[in-house]
Amino acid sequence: MTFKTFLALAATLGLAGPAMAQDDPTKVGFIYVGPIGDGGWTYQHDQGRLALEEEFGDRVETVYQESVPEGADAERAITQMALGGADIIFTTSFGFGDATNAVAAKFPDVKFEHATGYKREHPNVSTYDARFYEGRAVLGTLAGYLTETNKIGYIGSFPIPENIQGINSSYLHARKINPDVEMVVTWAYTWFDPAKEADAARAMIDQGVDVILQHTDSTAPQAAAEEANANGGRVFTFGQASDMAEFKPEPRVASIIDNWAPYYIDRVGAVMDGTWKQQASWGGMPEGEVVIGEITDAVPAEAKAAAEEMIANISDGSYHPFTGPINKQDGSEWLAEGEVAEDGELAGMDFYVEGITGEIPN
Amino acid sequence: MDLSAISPTLLVASLMVAATPILLAALGEMVVEKAGVLNLGVEGMMIMGAVTGFVAAIETGSPWAGFLAAAIGGAAMALLFGLLTQVLLSNQVATGLALTLFGLGLSALIGQGYVGIKATSLGRIDLGALSDLPFVGRVVFGHDPIVYLSLLLVLGVWAFLRFTRAGLILRAVGESHDAAHALGYHVRRVRMLAIAFGGACAGLGGAYLSLVRVPQWTEGMTAGAGWIALAIVVFASWRAERVLVGAYLFGGITVLQLNLQTAGARVPVELLSAAPYLVTILVLVLISVRAGRGGAAPADLARPFHAST
Repeated sequence: MTFKTFLALAATLGLAGPAMAQDDPTKVGFIYVGPIGDGGWTYQHDQGRLALEEEFGDRVETVYQESVPEGADAERAITQMALGGADIIFTTSFGFGDATNAVAAKFPDVKFEHATGYKREHPNVSTYDARFYEGRAVLGTLAGYLTETNKIGYIGSFPIPENIQGINSSYLHARKINPDVEMVVTWAYTWFDPAKEADAARAMIDQGVDVILQHTDSTAPQAAAEEANANGGRVFTFGQASDMAEFKPEPRVASIIDNWAPYYIDRVGAVMDGTWKQQASWGGMPEGEVVIGEITDAVPAEAKAAAEEMIANISDGSYHPFTGPINKQDGSEWLAEGEVAEDGELAGMDFYVEGITGEIPN
Repeated sequence: MDLSAISPTLLVASLMVAATPILLAALGEMVVEKAGVLNLGVEGMMIMGAVTGFVAAIETGSPWAGFLAAAIGGAAMALLFGLLTQVLLSNQVATGLALTLFGLGLSALIGQGYVGIKATSLGRIDLGALSDLPFVGRVVFGHDPIVYLSLLLVLGVWAFLRFTRAGLILRAVGESHDAAHALGYHVRRVRMLAIAFGGACAGLGGAYLSLVRVPQWTEGMTAGAGWIALAIVVFASWRAERVLVGAYLFGGITVLQLNLQTAGARVPVELLSAAPYLVTILVLVLISVRAGRGGAAPADLARPFHAST
């Protein structure tokens, strides 16, 4: 056998490969930043994975790896999954961006989907995100009604645009209800560390914050608020990423839920019928990707009505949470009267709006 | 920045809560090291205590049963270490490191079905009028029982080592196991008891995290607290009262860092987090300059003992 025939043979086998593979289930991989039992972010992604299995049954096979650190090790985990024969891999945290693109360069036949990211360096990398700031607008409205100390706390994970959108959106809408409201931001520098999140929540409560929003994934801040309430406090929280229903009716008075199932089913379906294309998806409340969980009776009826009205307006597209006039922190104009923020600007948001004190760390 | 927003009362109160896990673990480890054994597995014993305590509290519905189970779980891990190092004479450093890795893995396995569940926490004790006093009421009389237990333990260990005959024997075993052996003391038995006590304390510290401070179970939730406890023992130059100071210092910096951030201070978080370790290094240098060889460490620390040698 000459070298040429060997190549020809290899090519034939190579062509035959995909044809035979059609009978195999589509293998879908998930890289999670936390444990699937975190009761928040990763839990919701895993619910999306389970929805895939339910939707496609035997035609799909899912694998996942939990608690993958954001850093060099992520690249190893993603590579391993690609080598394991995954057809599409969802990497579900902002910090996996570089690793996802690096691995994607080595596996051009595997599709990669990076959550909450913006880097699409190769044609086989898509990014997807949810417009959490739409949900934050609703929570901010509720917070404006609920606060008596006029201090609202926001436990940030990392100073990235997604967090800053959330801080700005909740502050703007709380201020609409209560002009005296003050925003206290604490950066935890982690997505998931119950001990740290609990300490951050306690520090806020100690300083008179009575409504806490969190951008970290564990239920520890809810537990800290519950403890404070048991000792005579009056603190409210919102479920983050997941419903966190076990803290109902208070301190948890509502929640912002990520629902990834529709997106996952759509994208895996596209891989199956060969129509997958690179894209940057950014769905929100209209698409059902961001959902507000049950608003409990601990909230005044008036506040609940205002929140529900806002949900309706955002969902039907008649209201955008970033509608002018809005000034930047330094007082310069960002959006003129009636002007709506552009997606590109939101995706790279790196400034606070007017009224928020403090600086965004680098 | 608005520093007036930081209430000293609440700062001290939450500092005590934040420091309690490392205080318990460090106190136990100090007794172990006083007996001449270096157990680097504190982190592993803490996390085992955290998980066994949490599981027991969920299954029985009683946080007290949880703390009891945590002490037993921590002690069981410690006795495994004791068996390997004291009976089978394995290397203490390597075995201790292995114990940490083993504990982290085993606790993750045991805790699989318990992630995200809510446990009944331990309430603060209510001393009526006393708890309502300004400052003192919250700082001295407004804690949960384990905080007081940890303080009593500090006092107990201090008195035990200083005033009792048993404490003297324990110290003798740590300073010179050959001399203690020649005098007819059971070196191995003393060390095993010290190791079990250290494990029980570490277990309690871990359970305090999973049952009071957080309170829930998550994999790897001790997040290095065991290593901090080890550093505190050295920082405290093997003295109970200084362990208390060291633990509250570490706890204080943790809490202060978040409070400063919440109040809007512009201090790099990384610098504050690193501060206790920088202090430890400084203290270590000072101690070794002053005391020459080995400093205040027990003379036979981490040296294997066999009756025939």
